[in-house]
Amino acid sequence: MNTGIKKNDILLIFIVLAVAGLAYFLHSVIGAGGAGSVTVKVNGVIEGVYNLGEDQEIVINEGTNYLVIKNGKADMTKADCPDKLCVNQKAVSKKHESIICLPNKVIVEVNSGEKGEYDAVAN
Amino acid sequence: MMLWRTRTAFLGVFTALALIFSYVETLIPISLGIPGAKLGLANLVIVTALYKMRLQEVYVLSVVRVVLSGLIFGNYISILYSLAGGLLSLTVMAALKKGDRFSVTGISVAGGVFHNIGQLLIAMFIVETFSISYYIPGLLAAGTVTGLMIGILSGQMLKRLVNIQF
Ligand SMILES: [Zn+2]
Repeated sequence: MNTGIKKNDILLIFIVLAVAGLAYFLHSVIGAGGAGSVTVKVNGVIEGVYNLGEDQEIVINEGTNYLVIKNGKADMTKADCPDKLCVNQKAVSKKHESIICLPNKVIVEVNSGEKGEYDAVAN
Repeated sequence: MMLWRTRTAFLGVFTALALIFSYVETLIPISLGIPGAKLGLANLVIVTALYKMRLQEVYVLSVVRVVLSGLIFGNYISILYSLAGGLLSLTVMAALKKGDRFSVTGISVAGGVFHNIGQLLIAMFIVETFSISYYIPGLLAAGTVTGLMIGILSGQMLKRLVNIQF
């Protein structure tokens, strides 16, 4: 059998990276300009909407996860889940960015423009 | 063709090998900060098996590996998660291998990428959101890099196993 790299392999890698680049570009275009708030959901149910402009610490799901909002960014700082993937994720601030904690079914989403009205209600 | 009993024994050895790689992976403290992105060392065994065993046996290997390593090193969510990644990855790799248009490196890259995509799809389903699609660029890039590494290693292994067919 042939173990050498074929032309199709290179093509495949190129296509995958092109799609990745395109997705990244779209994300940065759509997410540009920042956003005003994050929505915290547990099990698909909204637990709260929080203003990114206000430094605060949020206890999620009766203490399974902790979210800190500082300098316009939301960061998950503590969690009791086994994998800690959510804690290792970067702080989010751009529209459509999110932090998820799969074991605890917690999701923190930065709101898109239309949801901006929520801010007024939450504050 | 080998005896059924011998085949089963080889399947056992491959499963044990995949479990060892899963364990080694839990010892490496690399986090890409993306849910679902892992080194996928166990995929080395799966890719090699794809060339050396019958397809249905590779599926058995893949499922048993995920369930056992989930029970030992993870939890039920991680089983669901890895199963989606593992089965999608294996299905894509098997389909690409049929046409013989890709080398083991290309197949492994496709496997790495679809492993991550499968996990992302399951994550979307579990947390009921589409917003995690923002992880797509990172997952695709990570899948390509790990797939390349695993592909090169598998190619070396297959070179040495050239006269053996399980
Ligand atoms: Zn978590």
